[in-house]
This record gives sequence, structure tokens and C-alpha cells, in this order.
Amino acid sequence: MLLIHCPYCDETLPELEFAYAGEAHIARPVDPSALSDEEWRDFLFIRTNARGTHFERWRHIHGCARFFNAARDTVTDRFLVTYKAGESRPDLTVKESAE
Amino acid sequence: MTHFSAMSLLKNALTGHKNWREQWPDSQPKAEYDVVIVGAGGHGLGAAYYLAKEHGITNVAVIDKGWLGGGNTGRNTTIIRSNYLYDESARLFDHALDLWDNLSQELNYNVMYSKRGVMMLAHNVHDVQSFQRHIHANRLNGVDNRWLTKEEAKAFCPPLNISPDARYPVMGAALQMRAGTARHDAVAWGYARAAAARGVDIIQNCPVTSIRRGPDGAVIGVETAKGFIRAKKVAVSAAGHTSVVMDTAGVRMPLESYPLQALVSEPVKPIFPCVVMSNTVHAYISQSDKGELVIGSGTDQYTSYSQRGGLPLIEHTVAAICEVFPIFTRMRMLRKWGGIVDVTPDRSAILGKTPVKGLYVNCGWGTGGFKATPGAAHTLAWTVAKDEPHPINAPFTLERFTTGRLIDEAAAAAVAH
Amino acid sequence: MSRYRIPGHGRVDHGAPVSFIFDGKTYQGLRGDTVASALLANGVHLMGRSFKYHRPRGTVTAGSEEPNALIGTSRGPGRFEPNTRATVQELRKGLVTESQNKWPRLSFDIGAINDRAYMLFSAGFYYKTFMWPKSFWDKVYEPFIRSAAGLGKSPTENDPDRYAARYLHTDLLIVGGGPAGIASALVAAKSGARVVLVDENPEMGGALLSDPSVMIDGAPAWEWLDTSLTELRAAGVRLMTRTTAIGYYHQNFVGLCERLTDHLDTPPADAPRERMWRVRADQVVLAQGALEKPLVFDGNDRPGVMLAGSAQTYLNRYGVRVGDNPAVLTCHDSAYHAAFDLADAGSRIAAIIDTRRDVRPDLTDAAAQRGIRVMQGHTATGTKGRLRIKSVRVNPVQDDAVGKPVEIACDALLMSGGWTPSLHLFSHTKGSLAWDADSNTFLPDRRTEACQIAGAGRGLWGFGPVLEDGVNAGLAAIEALSRSGNPRDLPVQNDRLGTGVSHTELPTDLSAGKAKAFVDFQNDVTAKDLRLAVREGMRSIEHVKRYTTNGMATDQGKMSNINGLMIAADALAKQPPQVGLTTFRPPYTPTSFGAFAGYLRGQTFQLTRTTPIDPWAEANGAVFEPVAQWRRGWYFPKPGEDMHAAVARECRATRASVGIFDASTLGKIEVAGPDAVEFMNRMYTNPWTKLAPGRCRYGLLLGEDGFIRDDGVIGRLSSDLFHVTTTTGGAARVLNMMEDYLQTEWPDLNVWLTSTTEQWATVALNGPNALALLKPLVEGVDWDDFPHMSVAECSVAGLPARLFRLSFTGEVGFEVNVPARHGLALWTALIEAGKPYDICPYGTEAMHVLRAEKGYIIVGQDTDGTVTPQDAGLDWAIGKAKPDFVGKRSLSRPDIVAKGRKQLVGLLTEDGSKLEEGAQIVLDPNQPLPMKMVGHVTSSYDSAALGHPIAMAVIEGGHDRMGEVVHIPMPDGVRRARITSTVFYDPTGERLKA
Repeated sequence: MLLIHCPYCDETLPELEFAYAGEAHIARPVDPSALSDEEWRDFLFIRTNARGTHFERWRHIHGCARFFNAARDTVTDRFLVTYKAGESRPDLTVKESAE
Repeated sequence: MTHFSAMSLLKNALTGHKNWREQWPDSQPKAEYDVVIVGAGGHGLGAAYYLAKEHGITNVAVIDKGWLGGGNTGRNTTIIRSNYLYDESARLFDHALDLWDNLSQELNYNVMYSKRGVMMLAHNVHDVQSFQRHIHANRLNGVDNRWLTKEEAKAFCPPLNISPDARYPVMGAALQMRAGTARHDAVAWGYARAAAARGVDIIQNCPVTSIRRGPDGAVIGVETAKGFIRAKKVAVSAAGHTSVVMDTAGVRMPLESYPLQALVSEPVKPIFPCVVMSNTVHAYISQSDKGELVIGSGTDQYTSYSQRGGLPLIEHTVAAICEVFPIFTRMRMLRKWGGIVDVTPDRSAILGKTPVKGLYVNCGWGTGGFKATPGAAHTLAWTVAKDEPHPINAPFTLERFTTGRLIDEAAAAAVAH
Repeated sequence: MSRYRIPGHGRVDHGAPVSFIFDGKTYQGLRGDTVASALLANGVHLMGRSFKYHRPRGTVTAGSEEPNALIGTSRGPGRFEPNTRATVQELRKGLVTESQNKWPRLSFDIGAINDRAYMLFSAGFYYKTFMWPKSFWDKVYEPFIRSAAGLGKSPTENDPDRYAARYLHTDLLIVGGGPAGIASALVAAKSGARVVLVDENPEMGGALLSDPSVMIDGAPAWEWLDTSLTELRAAGVRLMTRTTAIGYYHQNFVGLCERLTDHLDTPPADAPRERMWRVRADQVVLAQGALEKPLVFDGNDRPGVMLAGSAQTYLNRYGVRVGDNPAVLTCHDSAYHAAFDLADAGSRIAAIIDTRRDVRPDLTDAAAQRGIRVMQGHTATGTKGRLRIKSVRVNPVQDDAVGKPVEIACDALLMSGGWTPSLHLFSHTKGSLAWDADSNTFLPDRRTEACQIAGAGRGLWGFGPVLEDGVNAGLAAIEALSRSGNPRDLPVQNDRLGTGVSHTELPTDLSAGKAKAFVDFQNDVTAKDLRLAVREGMRSIEHVKRYTTNGMATDQGKMSNINGLMIAADALAKQPPQVGLTTFRPPYTPTSFGAFAGYLRGQTFQLTRTTPIDPWAEANGAVFEPVAQWRRGWYFPKPGEDMHAAVARECRATRASVGIFDASTLGKIEVAGPDAVEFMNRMYTNPWTKLAPGRCRYGLLLGEDGFIRDDGVIGRLSSDLFHVTTTTGGAARVLNMMEDYLQTEWPDLNVWLTSTTEQWATVALNGPNALALLKPLVEGVDWDDFPHMSVAECSVAGLPARLFRLSFTGEVGFEVNVPARHGLALWTALIEAGKPYDICPYGTEAMHVLRAEKGYIIVGQDTDGTVTPQDAGLDWAIGKAKPDFVGKRSLSRPDIVAKGRKQLVGLLTEDGSKLEEGAQIVLDPNQPLPMKMVGHVTSSYDSAALGHPIAMAVIEGGHDRMGEVVHIPMPDGVRRARITSTVFYDPTGERLKA
């Protein structure tokens, strides 16, 4: 069972309080009708499925109920960082070199 | 290849088993192949075997980052059935079932395909409706599947709890008699041995780092830990790692990889005569030839390549088993493990051509890839050999995610009200 | 008392005899014994039969790693368990045990015939045969293999015991209560950190319990142990015995299984049998010690052949000599101490056979002092004795040449092949291991979790080094906790330091092909099997393991993995790490299913949601059905009525006068805020802008893929407040979906979402008399302006209410929502007020019939996740003018607009028979299998109102086939049915206007 830091509650809590919500930073197109079938498919279905750092969404469903983003290593399942919804993708190379 | 038989076993026994030869050689890559298959699981090895046997294409390499059969082939709960709802799925899995039926003899390797019957439990009115729909559709598709009352289900599987007081009481079951289990490792080994005997190279411990394409966009080979291997055609059959491999060819996939856990109990004398699946309480169980209860779990909620899963899911899986089979609470769990399953948006496989010339893919089997092994391998070999879809795998295209013609077995069993 | 028990010796209570039964015979042991130690004390070595060859076997170990001495244990009805390790099961009064895998009896087992046919049953033999004739596999071979396989018998009765589970949060968890773990705990406890120390044994102490002669910190080992444990308790350390750390999961989450009652004579009535602890620790110290390896030689499995360290444990912990004249066979110094202790306790050591030419002089001197013959540079090449070892065949080895044998008589053979660090839990974390060529073993390398490994687990040997390492691990752990601690000096006297060498098979002068040199005792895997697997092309240890089943027995390779690896590596002429190490999987030792299930059993398996009206339904004889997590009243049979009759009566009564229905399970979501209407416009297909406050509308929700996800009537209470209803099963999904869009796609919208499913009780009244019944009870509604599809906040029966006028039956209908606490009061008030109208409570089945008569769909029954609004005939619910809503773009995908999609229609059979739900529809009933199916029946009911059955179906191009006849091939014949509208009853809606 993973431990997850909710950036809204600022607490690290067990996975049972959270629901996984798929890949992050896939914004719904502003005007879907302007998209080709292929572009719409990409939005609907195509996923990075990264082996390594994966940007993904979680919801603190049994807590504050907020959706937030996380970067997690899918090989070790270790969370690198969690951040609020709407914030841009963090630059993890900077973080790593600072460590 | 030494032919396996009771006689050869006896003869070798008398000579101290000193004369058995290796079942497949540990090949080093050649510079060029007609076909390179990425992933030496049952699907990949099987495709190589059928390429050689049915299409005469023997200049084939199957390349794996680890040991053959070390991925989901060797990590699943070995359930084999074909009672799927949609025509497309029923045809594919029933084709596999036909091949399973003769696979031991075909490969001269006992894969222990055991037609023990797979019984799927209905726990509510919605389940009953859904199973009846499956049974009717299966009947008209020529796929065996029949309805059992709860008393008949109990008679077929005596450990079953059919008490009306259960939290999810059993209301009946769908039974496919031709379904069952097989010995997973033997499938990989049998295909490997038979493919190698026909000239296929099996190259283990050789990660494919990328798929290379030529100036015209067509595939020209694969970069591996042992150098570049030229290939006219490349088929990717890498299960949970398919996204990563396909990405190197510039093909982004509608796949997500999830951890899937399974477990076995300590071995006991025969107590469980069939396979039982309950989607409502998430319990999947059979008993192996060795006597272990083999139990499957659901996927964890997050994507992962770690081959580890969490404890809570296992607790729920075991609880589900004990709910349906209360006599097993004093049995002990011996071992549990995890695999990585690749899941598509409609939970059906992608099997066939890709937008890249010379590149083929076989993936997205989710939790149900083992049962498809011979069928997927057989039709993939056809598609690779002829560069065109096999009638059975034709619906399982990548394009369906663009056009909307999904094959959504899971949605068809949707629970709402 | 038996001559094998040494009075006053060991940690058992010599004043407390305990009798128990083994294979029908009563034996006596002592409080503190295990079944194995008690049997050994009675001179019984034969405890079981092996898996494949049914060879007689005795105990090899004294701990949880035991592969051979597996027994069935029972305590009355429902309390039987197979495969219990006799070395772990503590004696309790009345314990009944039995041996396994034998017939007719343990000392004479027909199955041992397999042992004669040993040459046939080589590794992987079953892959090579049993294929002819094909039909024999299912009918002959497999049943035979299965009945031969398995060990004990499964329980067959329901288990009356309870199992428990708890969470535990701690700063430091120490796994292993031996010297290293205790030393860690001593320094960590001083820092003020919360410390938990767990051990699988009934008492703490680990190896100290088997080595009382060692002096620590100036005190005898057991005295130091007592003092230390007292100190730990005083410092608040939680000491947990009989508690096995079974698995090490992400981020220092460790599962512990605590066994609470299996050792008790009479368990308290309410005590759980076992408890699963889910521990989250900031730091973990793994101090799991090391396991002794067997030696691999012909006949190494005979009863009486056991590990030297285990014999030492039986002696010092249980006061049991495992033999009168045991021989010792070793390649490690540690076995000398077992020999010395046994000699000092009165056994005559037949010989110490050491494979090494050079042995430390102090050991040989100590042996000489005791008159023990030491045979250096010797090998063992066989044993004799049918059910118990009688002699061992020993040969000198000189420059790899094996000399002439001598027979040495003995009644036990104590072997030591050296020691393997116990790194199972470390392995669970995917921590990497490094091969240490000096000690021929794997040692912990890269860590992935916040843990320390201490003591013998790091390959250290001797109490001094182990204690020092434990102190250091404890200090490292508390430092990682940002606490400070002080080193502690724990000087050791009489330490038993030692080293050894390691072997594959021992050298032999006999044909290796004939040797039965076991590597995996339980699974009967011999060295020869491993070499055969390699010969057949199995080059990784994972293949070798799976081909031979080495390491797959119930000890999970604790006895066999390293020996197997060494032999496989030798056969491949590679270094062991190149051949790999199979991954250790949880659980550390076999763990009962009950412990995993914990409280998740019976009615607490999953919670059952009930409505406030549920008690009334129960009291009034409702038959319930589970729907999602809810239980709902299915129908309300009167005496003598079956389901069919009850449902027909409920339907008739509702259409004739008034019916009452508990709709409280419907999901309810309040959508509030200035942008509520914009939010609704984006989420649902329907247009909401023009819906006036006080009115409601049927709402349809799609997934972004364009398929129907949910539906429900939605009331607009004010310009900025919507009361959304969802399906019963869909409530949580819909709210999650709404929250997802609101929080992440449209955070600019000023909207709040609140789940109110549990806050409202909802009672539906339907029928021509619904209005007349309700009107007198309602205050605050202007009936002149309250047409069908209206909503108002008012009071009903004196209770605050949200009143909806809507219908899911085609009759005049209302849904009265009151705060949940008033639900039952409202229901009983309506029942009371309804008496003059013969009000009839109806259940979900009648609800389904009534709605089907009107062609109203049930999402999940008439739709299945592949149905679009057009398919379902719900185009009218789409706001055509809206630029966008969830799922809109998908509705224009090529295959969604293509001809021939399955569309929802009505079906009426020509012969008036009722169709089966799920029945498949074809156009040509005479085609061969597989048939081309064009659709299926989604709903089918007997309609009391119409006097004939009705059905709904999805059929390819159904909307363009009105009036056509289709065929439904059933096992007993083909039905013909005509395609109709889905609205069977009151097609013009007259009844709603009443």
C-alpha cells in the first residue's frame, strides 16, 4: 500500500484514502468539434504508459476529495512529487540535481 | 529434437537420463532475420512456431529481455475459456480453444490442458441477465456454455457456499465444460522446443532497446543489447512492456500497464474439481495438478511496472474466496506474486498490423491473455506472413479506437441500475 | 519419561505434562514443546511422507523452515488444518494430529511404490508423456496424478473461528527477536523512539535459546535475555511473539500475522484465532538470522537425518536428545557445538565427519577431550535404515578421489552445510542481493526501503559480531529517525565463532546416476534432477526451479534454493549470480486465508447499505435483492404468493389505484452555485438554460466516448441549484466524474457539488389515486402550477420535503424526498393515508415491469456501455444547439454514425410467449452455426396491464425495421417476434395528465 502526499491537506496518507485517476496533463480540448477523429482518439485513448517517471492524477477521495497530480516512478512505485491540479509539470531534473 | 513419449522416457530412464538433449538451444543473434518477434512468452514463441510450421518462414528470431516464459506466461492463473459475449471475441477465443485441444500432441509436449469446466457465478439479478445473454449468444456461436441452478452449481463444485444468507448469495452459474486450465510453463517451453526444432532462434536476456525504421518509414530491424539485428518484419508481443517498445517505432498505443496479483495455497489432495470465477466478488480459483489452490486477484488501481502489488487487494481477494468457499479459511497461502498486464480502453486485444510498414503488434490482453495464446499466436503468424489480417483477428485493429467500433466485453457486463 | 528427555534441561516446563495424539496414539510431552520436539522426546522420528516418492521422512529442522514434518492438526468440528509444521505447532491439551500423504499408514505406505520407479519420475517427466491417447489425459492420467499429488487433506467444514486485523504505526519495527534484533531494540528504545520487536517463535531470543552456554555482558545468555527483555518492556517496547512478518510492502508497510489461540488449551470464547497487523514503520530493522543448509548426498532424507543446529535446538531448548549415538556430518564449525552439547548431555557421538581437511585445532581438541572421533576430509555416500537411519557410509576424500567406505552405525545424523542469510523480507522490497564469493552466499546490497539489515542476515557469524551489528543497526535506524543514541558494548565470552565451506553434492564413489541425493526434500527433487534440467536446456534458475519444482514446496526453498543454485551453476559451469536467484515472494511462511480475510467475512465482507425504510420492508415480508452495495425490496409476497403472483398484483394495484415504492437508493447530487446551469449544460446532453426553477427534466449523461453512462430526473430548485438524481449503482461514479470535470477541466466554474444520497429518503407514489392521496398531506405547493415534471420545496405529512412530480410508471407519480431521519415516518404516514385507496407497496421487480410497459430504459440493462443516445432512441434528450457537452464529439465518429448500429425497440412475440432476457435475435433462423446475430432481448416481462408479455431489445437498424418479424432461436425452438415501439402502454400518455 503506497503512501501518498496530498498537496491540499499537506499530509502523507495511505493509498486507501486515494483513487487513481489516470495520466495527468491531458487537457480536454477547448473545442472538441474542431478535432479530427485521430486527434480526438489521441485525447480519449492514447496514453504514455511510461516506464519510469509517470505524471498522473490521484483524488483524495476519502479526504479532501480534491484531484491532484503526481510524478511517480512506475518501476519502483515511488512518488517523486505531488502537486496541485492546474499546476504545470514540474521540472524533475532540477529537483534531482539539487538532491 | 528427441521425440517425447512413454517409450523414450522409459529408454532414457534405463540409461540414467543422460541422453536427453536440450529442448532448445541458447541462440546468439544472427545479423538478419525475415521476422523478429519481440517477447518470448507463449504468444511470441507460438507465433514463431506457426510462422515456421504453417507459412514456411523459419528465418525467425524471438528475442526477450529475460528468460523465455518469464513474463505473464509464467505468472498467470492459467484459466482457459471461450464463452465471450461478442462474436469477435468468441471466435478468437474459441479458435484458441480448438488449438488448445490438440496442443500437447501438436507440440509433442504435454501442456496438461485440463477440461475441468469453468463456472462463472451469478450473485445478483444483473449477473443472471448478463450470463443468460452470454449463454444465448454462445449457443448461436457454437460455443458451449450453459446455465446451472445454484443447486447444480453446488453439485458441480461441492466446496461452493450457496447459503441464501451470504452477503452475495449465489443465484446460479454459467458453465463452460470445454474450458479449464493448462500448465503455463509447459506452453512456453513446448512452443520454444517446437519452434527451435524448425529453425527459429530464441535469444534470451537480450533487451530490445528500439525498433528502427528506414527512410521510407518501414521497419528495418531492432536495436538490442547484443547490437542491431536487421529484420524485414517485426512483431511486438511484449505484454506490459508493449507501450515502451512501440514508442521507439513512433507508434503511441492506447495501453496502460497495471499490476495483477495471484497466489497459491499449500498443496492439498483433490478438493476443487473445476475453475470458478466470480466477477461480482472478484474471486477466481482452481486447483493445480500439484494440489495448490490457484487464486487470481484484480488489478491494483495504478499503473506500474514493478511486479509488486499491495496487501489490501490480496486481503480482499482472499476474503472473496473465503466468502464463496468458507471451508478454506484454515488453508494457508503459500506464495503470491505480481505480473504486469497491458490493458486497452475496451479491454480487448490489439492484434495485427500497425500504421508502420512491417511492424505488427499483439498486445492489450489485460488479465486474459493466457487463454488466447494459441489463437493469438496462430492468427498473428498469418498476419505477419501475409501482411494482411486473418479473418479472426481482423476486428482487433488499432483503428477501432479512432472509428469507435470497440469490442467492449467489460462494458457489456456493465453494472448500473 | 522417555530416555531422550533430559530432566530439568531446556526451556520446557518439566512439571507440566501435556498429552496429545499422533496418528491415533496418545503421547506425552511437556508444556513448551512443539509436536516435533515431543515426538522426538518419545523417540519418534518418522513424521511424514514425501510428495512424489512417498519416502518416509522425519523432521529436518526445529523451526518454520521445516519441509518434511507436516501434519494435520485439529481441535473439534471445523477446526482442522493440513500441512501444519510439527516443528512450529506448540503442544496443547487435547491436540489431535495425524501424518499425511500415506496409505494405509505412515510406516507402510503403498504410495512408496513410486520410489521404486524413481528413474521414471525424473524432472519434468510429465511433460514428456501422458499424451496418448489424447482422451486419457482428462479421464485417466490427470485424475491419477492429482490424487497422488497434494499433501494433506483440505478442511471440509466451515471454520467457527474469527480472525482479526489491526493497524499499527511505529517509528521502528524490528523483525526478529534474536540477539541482533534485541541489541537493536535496546539502543533504539533508549532514544525514546516507539519500537516494535516481533518474532515468529513463542518466545524472544532466537539463536540464544539454543546456546545457553554463551556469556553476554557478564551474564549467562538466558539471564542476559531475561534482563534485556525486562529492560525493553520497561522502555515501552512492544514485544510481539508468535508473530510472523509475512510481507514487506511499499514504503515500509509490513504485514504481521499474530497467532493467538492455536497454542492454548482452551481459547477464550471471543478470542480471534489470528490477527493481521498492518504496520507502517518509519524505519525497519531486519534481523531474521540465517538458515542452516542441508548437505546433499545419497540418503540424506532418511528419518533421523537432520540439521545439526536443529538438533542443538532440540537439546537446549526442549531438553531432547535426538539420538543416543548420533553422527555429525559437516563442512562448518557450528556443527561441532551441537556435537559437544549432545555429548555433554549424555549422547555418544558416533563420529564427526568433516568434509574439510583442515579444522580449527581448538575444535578437534574439544572433540578429543570428549572422546569424539573426528574424520577430517571425509564425505558421506549413503545411509541405511528403513524408517530411521541405522548407519552412514563414510569415505575419505584425497585430491578429489573418494576412497574406501566405512559404515558408521548411528541413530541420527546431524548435518551442516553452512548457513544462508535469511533475506526473504528484504527480497520482497526488490532490494538487490550481491554474491559474496568468500562465503558462497548472497548478501544484501542496494536497499529500496528505509531499512537496516543486522546480524546473521548480513552473513555475520558468532554472537559477538551479531550483537555489535544489531547495536549499529539500531543506531543507524534512530539516526535516520533524527534521534540520537549511544553505542552499547555487549561483550561476549564463550562465543561460538565459526566458518565453513560450501558444497554442491558431496563427492561419492558410487554412480551419481543412482544416488538419491535430495535438494528439495518435500518435492523430492534430487541433484540429478537439477542436472537433468540443465542438460535439457534450462539455463536460468527460474527455469530449473519450474522444471524440477525445486524450491516450490511449502518451505518455499528455505532448505533448497541455495543448494539448488549451487548445483545448477556447477552444471552450467557458471558463477551462481550468473544463473540468478529466484525471487522470494510473500508470505514468509504459509499464512492462513482467515488471517488475510480478517473481518471481511459474512455480513462484514462488504457493507450492506440499507434505506431508512428497510426495517418496514423487512417487517412486512419483503424479499430483497442486492443492487450494487444496497439491498432493495424486490417484491412483497402475500401468504401463498410466488414472485410472479406478487409482482403481478403489485403492478395491477399501482395502475388501478396507487402504489408506493422506496426509491431512497437513487443517487442524489446537489449542484449549486452561480455557474450551476453552465456546468449542467456541459455535463449532461440536455439543455438546461431554459429549464425554469420549479421544473424538472430527464437528464442523460454520456462518457467522453459517447456511450450512455447514467440517467435520472433532475430538478431545478432555483436558478443556481439543481437536484440531480442518478441510478442506484451510478451515484459515486457520477459524482466522481462531475468532480473530475469541475476541478480539473473547468475550475473557473463557480459550482459546488454535494452528494446527498444518504441525506434524503425518497418515496415514490404512483397511480391514478396518487394525487388524491398526497394532496391533503402537502403544504406549500400551488397545485395549479405543479404539472408533471415539477419540483417544489414544501412539507409532506408535516415533514420538510422536496416534492417531485414525475413518473417512472406512466401513471401520475410523485417522489417525496424528506430528510433521511424522517424517511420511515413519511413511509408509514403515506401507508396510513393510503389505506382508503388500498395502497400497495411494490418492489424493484414491479418497478421494472411498470417502466418497461412505458418503454423507459434502465441504464445497465437496456444499455450496456456500448449504446449511444441515438441507439437508445434518446436523440430528443440531446441539446442540439449546445456547442459541446461531455461525449458529444464521440457521437460523430465514423462507426457511431454508421448504419446498422443496434437500436432499442420493442418486441412482441407472435405466440404470446415470454422471451428470455439475453436471448439472441437473428433474421434467418435456418442458417448454420455460428449464426449472424442482430441483437438481443434486454428486458422481458409479463405485463399484467396488457395481459401479455412484452420485451425490449436492441436490434441492428431496429428503428427502421418497425413491424418486421425477427427470430429468436431457443433450445426448444425458434420464437417469432414483431418489432414494435418500446411504448407498450398508454402510448399517448393520457394517464399522466389525469
